Amino acid sequence: GAGKKVDADLLEEIEEILITADLGMKTTRELMGSLEKRFDGTDGATPEALRRALQEEIGARLRLEAAPIDYSAASPFVIMVVGVNGVGKTTTIGKLAHYLSSQGKKVVLGAGDTFRAAAAEQLVIWGERSGVDVIRHDEGSDPAAVAFDAARAAVARKADVLILDTAGRLHTKVNLMEELKKVRRVLDREIPGAPHETLLVLDATTGQNALVQARLFKETVAISGIALTKLDGTARGGIVVAIGCELNLPVRFVGIGEGIDDLRPFEPDLFVEALFQRD
Amino acid sequence: MFDSLTEKFDSVFKKLRGHGRLSEENIRDALREVRLVLLEADVNYKVVKDFVASVTARAVGQDVLKSLTPAQQVIKVVRDELGLLMGEGEDNSLDLAARPPVSIMLCGLQGAGKTTTCGKLALKLRKEKRNPLLVPADVYRPAAIEQLKTVGRQIGIPVYDTQPGQDPVAICEAARHFADLNGYDTLILDTAGRLHIDQELMGELSRIKASLDPREILFVADAMTGQDAVTVAKAFDELLNITGVVLTKLDGDARGGAALSIRAVTGKPVKLVGMGEKLDALETFHPDRMAQRILGM
Ligand SMILES: Nc1nc2c(ncn2[C@@H]2O[C@H](COP(=O)(O)OP(=O)(O)OP(=O)(O)O)[C@@H](O)[C@H]2O)c(=O)[nH]1
Ligand SMILES: Nc1nc2c(ncn2[C@@H]2O[C@H](COP(=O)(O)OP(=O)(O)OP(=O)(O)O)[C@@H](O)[C@H]2O)c(=O)[nH]1
Ligand SMILES: [K+]
Ligand SMILES: [Mg+2]
Ligand SMILES: [Mg+2]
Repeated sequence: GAGKKVDADLLEEIEEILITADLGMKTTRELMGSLEKRFDGTDGATPEALRRALQEEIGARLRLEAAPIDYSAASPFVIMVVGVNGVGKTTTIGKLAHYLSSQGKKVVLGAGDTFRAAAAEQLVIWGERSGVDVIRHDEGSDPAAVAFDAARAAVARKADVLILDTAGRLHTKVNLMEELKKVRRVLDREIPGAPHETLLVLDATTGQNALVQARLFKETVAISGIALTKLDGTARGGIVVAIGCELNLPVRFVGIGEGIDDLRPFEPDLFVEALFQRD
Repeated sequence: MFDSLTEKFDSVFKKLRGHGRLSEENIRDALREVRLVLLEADVNYKVVKDFVASVTARAVGQDVLKSLTPAQQVIKVVRDELGLLMGEGEDNSLDLAARPPVSIMLCGLQGAGKTTTCGKLALKLRKEKRNPLLVPADVYRPAAIEQLKTVGRQIGIPVYDTQPGQDPVAICEAARHFADLNGYDTLILDTAGRLHIDQELMGELSRIKASLDPREILFVADAMTGQDAVTVAKAFDELLNITGVVLTKLDGDARGGAALSIRAVTGKPVKLVGMGEKLDALETFHPDRMAQRILGM
């Protein structure tokens, strides 16, 4: 607050904000280190200046060089959505389908989660909400076969965008990660260059494990961007700062609710601002 | 119980042992490392702070410094305090000792693993010779009822028949009536995922509680949860007075600091852990194993 001096208490307070926003110890220490260097012996070190410097540092770590998604780069443009269990993949696809189709794009969805109970039914309901076709098979069938059919259907129906859902899987399950590779190969065979975007969905309530998730999904299926969900809660999702630094992965979208309109493009400045908002 | 922790502490406290005599500063250095380990494991900032403070208070006490094996004493203090925090020795079994039908309500954030855990719990209880009925009280998530019905089919356990669009409280009441008439002794209530700050939906849980008087109210939490775990758990506990915690997705490599944080802020025991997506992947919670995991062993 105003009138406060930069002292050990204030630095501790900042450290607390960073750690409780899930930035992690490594990033927090780096940021604290750069602050201490910047303000070492400076007279004009007000709390406000400190905060601004910190926001700049964090913003710089989030504003990556990555080009935005160019949906016209291919036709159909194929997006594959991956992530661990329960993070919000299917919901994000439902919202994205709505967002794209309301821009006049023809969208087809592939229900590549054939494992979880009623996963395809869930996606079908989302498809109905925005009037988008969903290609599905029976529960227990081969996800690669769904990918194949979905790719064929997207081409035949002259879709602009195909979005493929996949079953949630922990990044530590080797055979399930291999399965994703196979799905990728099928897409690429049917539509050269596909998937053009592989989105990793991360839950903002996740702590340090999200960094490991991003690392392993990047290694196996070359993810190209992140969708950060559940930012409507009290979790800040600070781990994406570490992910931006270490893996150079841009956050593409944020999820801010369960409704069809609750998807936003990621805005680093707003995100950083929210990190420091105390409730 | 915490014997296997010694090894980890051996490394954290190696420097400590190197000193013939311990100074207060030696101990504080070692505890700073313990703090880092805990924070890296997603244990909540304040929980860690309190933990380190109470360990420090005990470890720099004269008894420790004057003892013949000060390093051992410090290790013992850390171990004891961690044991306390993890709920070592406390009863964490399910309590279903009430007049049937007994209700178990599962609640928590979106995607935590409630519906899956309902199925797992039903399977476990049937093995224990109970006769459970699954109750779909999530009328919001697309295909949530269908999901529970599919789960029920997979394990051959009946699911109370409902349609989306009904009121969750009314569904639970009707299911209890149905259970009464048909000899089911346990109701497992699958509630919708919700944010702890969503007043309306939190109010719905209160109403289910008031009407069904569940013997167990289990807060389901994802083992990968970060610092926010305490805020969420506290809110659910303050409103509902939860009886225990189920920690899911422990089959991955998350260190699981959420377990410690939630236990610390609610004082409620972790009762069960989810070890996979399959419906038999539910285990009882072992505080010592969890402590090892959090410390990265
Ligand atoms: N509050 C909130 N809830 C969300 C958001 N995105 C998804 N959810 C909820 O999170 C839960 C899980 O979402 P899903 O889309 O089924 O997640 P998933 O990753 O497809 O899950 P699996 O397929 O089981 O791995 C659902 O209850 C969603 O409504 C969000 O941005 N905010
Ligand atoms: N690996 C693993 N996955 C789990 C575990 N428990 C649940 N899941 C998965 O987590 C995802 C979400 O599980 P659900 O049971 O749908 O979660 P929920 O809390 O009912 O979700 P909402 O109703 O949307 O709030 C699914 O993909 C489950 O298969 C577990 O112990 N381990
Ligand atoms: K989750
Ligand atoms: Mg899904
Ligand atoms: Mg559910």
